[in-house]
Amino acid sequence: MFIINCPYCGERDQTEFTCHGEAHIARPKETENLTDEQWGEYIFFRTNPKGMHYERWVHAHGCRRWFNALRNTATDEIFATYEVGAPKPPAPEKHS
Amino acid sequence: MSYHRNWQRAWRSPDPKKEYDVVIIGGGGHGLATAYYLATQCGITNVAVLEKGWLGGGNTGRNTTIVRSNYLLDASAGIYEHAVKLWEGLSQELNYNVMFSQRGLLHLAHSVHDMQEIGRRGNAIYLNGIDSEFLTPQQVKEMLPIINLNCRYPVMGGLLQKRGGTARHDAVAWGYARGADAAGVDIIQNCEVTGVRVENNKVIGVDTSRGYIGARKVGSVAAGHSSVIAEMAGFKLPLECYPLQALVSEPVKPIIDCVVMSNGIHVYVSQSDKGELVVGSGSDAYNSYTQRGSFDLIEHTVGPLCELFPLFSRLRMLRQWAGIVDVTVDRSPILSKSPVENLFFNCGWGTGGFKATPGSGHAFAHSIANGEMNHIAAPFSIDRFNSGALIDEGAAAAVAH
Repeated sequence: MFIINCPYCGERDQTEFTCHGEAHIARPKETENLTDEQWGEYIFFRTNPKGMHYERWVHAHGCRRWFNALRNTATDEIFATYEVGAPKPPAPEKHS
Repeated sequence: MSYHRNWQRAWRSPDPKKEYDVVIIGGGGHGLATAYYLATQCGITNVAVLEKGWLGGGNTGRNTTIVRSNYLLDASAGIYEHAVKLWEGLSQELNYNVMFSQRGLLHLAHSVHDMQEIGRRGNAIYLNGIDSEFLTPQQVKEMLPIINLNCRYPVMGGLLQKRGGTARHDAVAWGYARGADAAGVDIIQNCEVTGVRVENNKVIGVDTSRGYIGARKVGSVAAGHSSVIAEMAGFKLPLECYPLQALVSEPVKPIIDCVVMSNGIHVYVSQSDKGELVVGSGSDAYNSYTQRGSFDLIEHTVGPLCELFPLFSRLRMLRQWAGIVDVTVDRSPILSKSPVENLFFNCGWGTGGFKATPGSGHAFAHSIANGEMNHIAAPFSIDRFNSGALIDEGAAAAVAH
């Protein structure tokens, strides 16, 4: 349980939000030519890192808008929240 | 009289050898069971189990100890019932009391949808030759006199597996460890795998906090850290990790003599031999390796628990903890070869791996020994996420479906 800084509403309790997993996964182009492995990779396989994770959140019980966050999954520390479409913020080199 | 100070060691604490035929990553129940069956049934005794902490200190020591095999799909019935059959003889097999108690597992239904679900699943289980009985609300009340049938979550029926129950989680790890050690397996604790060495797409060994250890075959049984091991070997797994919580109450006199579970409202409760209520909660819905869960989930568990059993409302909860569960999208495990030759994965057990410990270890050991997944493990290949032949198992607990 932690506090999330919604880019639109400011700091709110995490219970107002729902997480939707890894961010910045682009839908492949020319999907009619994809192999089963490429489809599987896109839909099911995830980095699931112990450490810095770029992920999607939606402020479900607030403004209902989607945004991205950079969070350390080993500590639940959030380093950035940013609008969808914005470039990835760099991961801090040293983190607790 | 030595006041319990001079007990002999149950297993050795050897230094790692330079090379093993099989290295198992992870000294939890599944890893130790794999090593035990490799050594005792597959004739492969040059085996090491590498554990970064202490034996059974991960999810093996953090679960709610429930054993059952009341799953919907044939592949699931295959592996979970295989496990229950092994559980039934495990204390004798290991000569170690794992306190397997077939006290019955009662799954409650609270809505028309729940009734349809247990109707379909109960019949599927029965057709797979596994015990399964429907109970009316009155029969539920006879089994559980303290239940409140007409609460916010009215009890419309139940599905009972009499052969389900609980086991002592630590004893399972210790029993398998002692048996594996006696058969020649090296159990190496405080030995964290830091790298997987691959040459020509073939695994040759692992780097550890105690130096390089060569291996002809490697089996990763790292539960919540499986993705971390896969990353070391250069590929991804179809897994995401969440914290899953449990809590126990102060001890009270015997009050529940079966396991009660209710998927619909995420209540899982049984009573330990010490008298504590062991309560399973839900998993947090965000990736995390923190081994601690959110307080709001406890509220969502304890609320319905007190609705069903009003007299629990005055019990104090003593301890709360979490483990990291590695969850697949179809809620079924992965027992599989990997993109790297001779590197095998046993993971993805998600919220319900404890019950499968003997079956998982048994199937995985035979599969590693033969280099091909056996008929029990074969449906749980990683390839199913490419082919689309998912095992979409609705009977898994503690996660939304």
